[in-house]
Amino acid sequence: MASVAPPEKTGRKRTGTSRQRQSMHEGFLTHRNMFWAKLSAALALALTLLYIFVPLPGTHFGASWLGYTLGTVGALLILWLTMLGMRKRAITPGRWSLKAWTSAHVYLGLLVTVVGTLHSGFEFAWNVHTLAWALMLLVVGSGIFGIYAYATLPRALSANRYDEEGAITEKQMIEALRSLDRQIHDAAQPLDVQAATLVGQSLEQDPFGGTLWNRVTGAYPDCATHTAIAELRSLRASRQRSKDDLLGRIEAQLARKEALLERLRQHLKLKSWLQAWLYIHVPVTFALIAALSAHIVSVFFYW
Amino acid sequence: MSEVFKVVIIGSGPAGISAASRAAQLGLSHVLLEKADHLSDTIFKYQKGKHVMATPSQLVLRSDQEFDAGKREDILDKWNARTATLGVNVKYNAEVKAIKGTGEAIAGSVQKIVTRARDGSTTINELQRHAPPYAITLTNGETVLAQNVVLAIGTQGNPNLMRCPGGDLPHVTYQLDDPYAVIDQHIIVVGTGDAGIENARGLVEDPAQGNTVTILNRNPRSTNVRESFSTAKEPNAKALIEDDAAGRLTIRYEAETSAVEPGWVTLSTRDGEERIRCDRIIARIGSAPPRAFVEGCGIEFASADRLAFPTLSPQFESTAPGIFVIGALAGYPLIKHCMNQGYDVVEFINGNKDLKPADEPLLEAKFAGLPGQRSVNDWLEFLRANVAILEGMTTLQLREFMLDSQARAYAAGDVIFEKNDPGSSLFAIASGGVNVRLDPKDAAKVVAIPAGSIFGEVGLISGRKRGATVVAAHDTVCIEISRNAALKLQSQVPSARRAIERISTERQILQMFGSGLTPADIAEVVDGSKIMQVRAGEAIIKEGDDDRDIYVIRVGSMIVEKEVGGKPVFLSYLPAGSYVGEMAVIDGGLRTATVRAAIKSEVIRIDGKAFRRVLAAKPALLDSARKQMEVRRATNAFIETKKDTFSGVVDLYSEQAKFLVSQGLGEATDVLLIDERLCVGCDNCEKACADSHDGLSRLDREAGKSFAHLHVPTSCRHCEHPHCMADCPPNAIQRGPDGEVTINDTCIGCGNCQRNCPYGVIRMDKVPPKKPSLLSWLLFGAGPGPGEPSYKWSKKNTKYTGDPVVDEALDRKKAIKCDMCSGIEGGPSCVRACPTGAAIRVSPDEFLTVARLENEGA
Repeated sequence: MASVAPPEKTGRKRTGTSRQRQSMHEGFLTHRNMFWAKLSAALALALTLLYIFVPLPGTHFGASWLGYTLGTVGALLILWLTMLGMRKRAITPGRWSLKAWTSAHVYLGLLVTVVGTLHSGFEFAWNVHTLAWALMLLVVGSGIFGIYAYATLPRALSANRYDEEGAITEKQMIEALRSLDRQIHDAAQPLDVQAATLVGQSLEQDPFGGTLWNRVTGAYPDCATHTAIAELRSLRASRQRSKDDLLGRIEAQLARKEALLERLRQHLKLKSWLQAWLYIHVPVTFALIAALSAHIVSVFFYW
Repeated sequence: MSEVFKVVIIGSGPAGISAASRAAQLGLSHVLLEKADHLSDTIFKYQKGKHVMATPSQLVLRSDQEFDAGKREDILDKWNARTATLGVNVKYNAEVKAIKGTGEAIAGSVQKIVTRARDGSTTINELQRHAPPYAITLTNGETVLAQNVVLAIGTQGNPNLMRCPGGDLPHVTYQLDDPYAVIDQHIIVVGTGDAGIENARGLVEDPAQGNTVTILNRNPRSTNVRESFSTAKEPNAKALIEDDAAGRLTIRYEAETSAVEPGWVTLSTRDGEERIRCDRIIARIGSAPPRAFVEGCGIEFASADRLAFPTLSPQFESTAPGIFVIGALAGYPLIKHCMNQGYDVVEFINGNKDLKPADEPLLEAKFAGLPGQRSVNDWLEFLRANVAILEGMTTLQLREFMLDSQARAYAAGDVIFEKNDPGSSLFAIASGGVNVRLDPKDAAKVVAIPAGSIFGEVGLISGRKRGATVVAAHDTVCIEISRNAALKLQSQVPSARRAIERISTERQILQMFGSGLTPADIAEVVDGSKIMQVRAGEAIIKEGDDDRDIYVIRVGSMIVEKEVGGKPVFLSYLPAGSYVGEMAVIDGGLRTATVRAAIKSEVIRIDGKAFRRVLAAKPALLDSARKQMEVRRATNAFIETKKDTFSGVVDLYSEQAKFLVSQGLGEATDVLLIDERLCVGCDNCEKACADSHDGLSRLDREAGKSFAHLHVPTSCRHCEHPHCMADCPPNAIQRGPDGEVTINDTCIGCGNCQRNCPYGVIRMDKVPPKKPSLLSWLLFGAGPGPGEPSYKWSKKNTKYTGDPVVDEALDRKKAIKCDMCSGIEGGPSCVRACPTGAAIRVSPDEFLTVARLENEGA
């Protein structure tokens, strides 16, 4: 991915000013030349080698010194990773960067799977210990989906907002839709009952209505505007052509509305995908912490 | 004959009332003559409830009367009460017709009164001045005798009158006391100065009043507000245009009244005459010093200019001995000045010749830290004698000027400012001398600036950061002149303006090719140079032309474009301080690129031939110039080669650069951009902004324009010459040490800055109440959570006390804008709080470079 600007050159020192400004930038995945990715990869490799080559006695791997170390490190890492939610919301002064936190969160989060799995010693069963491990995988899995969403969807979101003038905001889309509705309503006044009903259906349908499924797929098979256009078209074909083609004009306006609806729906779809994964990632994290606590307590209890 | 008063004060405005109060307090025999039946007619006639301002805020008030910023009614009440307690001898309904000396003729003191007729011919009347006591004749025939006269009549009592037929009808008025008391009328306001606009807008403020208001503007309609409303403050004019667009009132351009009759008025417009309904006319067409009357008293004016002021001694004594002129008529329209002058002048008349002006302690404090133990007057004289640009100032002007400036002493070797420090002030060297460092690494490479000269003018003119480090060469005393004071100085003293322009031109030319030139070498070039204004988008150099001038960008910025494959390609961005056009001068040939202004700019045009002669005399210089040109040539060549292989990328880069310039980057110093390939729309930047600043976000992420995945949100650009600063009554908008433009707590919420900002980044809002802590929200759901609380929540949670003063303060709206998180460690929260790195802050000269293209293409 070519970033907008070359990566930060050596931090230029500015005299007289009290803060440094960075005019070059890079995204969270490539932050600091992928420092956290490299660190995580190195740690994963080192831990795996340790696991393979360090001779350890006993059957319960978790009770060995390496097992304890991995367990402690893993538990602390999970707690630290959870703190991203706090860091994001606590806007305290200081030289922190949420991007750096996100970068570390992503790569250390991936590392947790290695730490947790090694800590298990590959002993799985139907118990709370394996539950904690499974929840951990679920959290990391949803997180990986999140990375995918963050890395790919913003471009589509941005492209969808474009128009000749620069870009249209969500608010402007809704306003434009309202004003189109008004225009269609005014234009449709002379229509006969049959046609007016069709147009009315389009006007009455809430553009934000529909199910969660509609929202995430962006497909609205029951779209009244779409139906109205199709029906009006056949109605118009069956009627005699008049000089003042009112039906034609309304059809054109409805088509504009449909295009705008399409855009708004695409916008909402992308936005929901950017957020949807968090509805798994976050609650499961709390379940994981609960299971983890149970795991720790029970391990000490049965020892 | 009746009593001869020690002092007679004419006019009971702020100046007169203060003078009379002093006289009463000192027990002098006095009388205060007022032509109306109440005190202070000008302020009395202000619109009801008008907020009267007390500027300049740093000036100490010295008067027996109180005065502070507040409502017109409160101020008048205080003055009336105080005047009564002091026992001031006021004579109402006493309009003065003439003042004449009754003593013997003063030898050699003859006043020449020049009257200019409409046809341009002049007649000169000579008037022999007579010594006091003066006989003051009133319009009712009475005569008052006085040893001394204080003339404090202002200029407002003398409004310009309507001259068309019917202009003397009773419904033609020259004031409006209470716009809210006027209902269901057809009103015509004549004149689009501030007073006229204020009246017209007041009349339609409440639609329930049902007034139909038309305001007449003699000027034609223009997209440039300053052109069509030349006498009004810009925010006022803009507000009027908004009202017109909203249909609240009507502006008639190129319209004048040609006849008035009861109930109707005839307008002469561009399209002929038109008769419209009119129940009332309010004419606000200015006022002028009543010159004929003043001259008839033996008082000489400084020039024949219609707006000239009388010639006065430092004690305000006019050319007629014993007649003193103070207040607006003396050229001081601010209330505080007037009141101080009233006090001082009566003290002087009472024999107190050693009285120091009220600003003396302030000036003493300014000079206190300096070596030499001089008195304030000695210092002022010293400055005037030693600093070239201050030569033309009067003592009064100099005192006022010093109030806005700082005197500073530096020991030899002290750093005065460093390269890249922000700063728009000008320095004048009173004694000693300074060195400008040419090479940041080598302290020995310097250019000396001697005493009497100035430095820092680049920051003043361009608004950019300091271009070089300046160090005191000897023990040095400097005057640091704030940008506002420097602008005022340049408008007051034309010689200062010329001096500053010449020095800045000379320095900019000297800087062009590094050292090796002396001022003597380039004297011819400087003499032949010209300062030019360039409109945004206008080209100063066109590709393919065969001209030979060099341009130095003084104010604003330029973009360089080259036609490649039929399309203009953006080559580079030139901030103020750069020069352009030297290639054609050195190598000859046609212009290789087009240079146009990104925003309204100012350039110095240098004659290429004269410059060529300078270079011809210095071969070494020519070489170094050639070397510098190589860089530009390489850029051109680079673009050409890229064009073949990455034409799409070059187009995109070029279009994007133009887009950014159109979004105000051309005048920005620091702007927030969002890379839309990374932005997930979480709005954490907005939330962080709100949480760092009393719960109000100064940024609207989604609003604003985008191009090629680069989004410019609605957020402050921290312009070089901020539009918001231009008209801030309490001067609450300042530039901070990091270049940030901030609004401080003295904001009065007038909204001028919001109207002046072309990027819509200032909002007017009240500060919401404090939210519960983040932890209590996370754990117990208390409060509205991170980010800006909803209007409903903050309304519900504002703790009103029931005390109207406190509640009003709680609800008061203030101007809110980005302050670049000044004073917050770690810098702008929007950037720190972005989870993906989409939000960046950039400055245009770092961002709009071809380096981006290289990276993009590679």
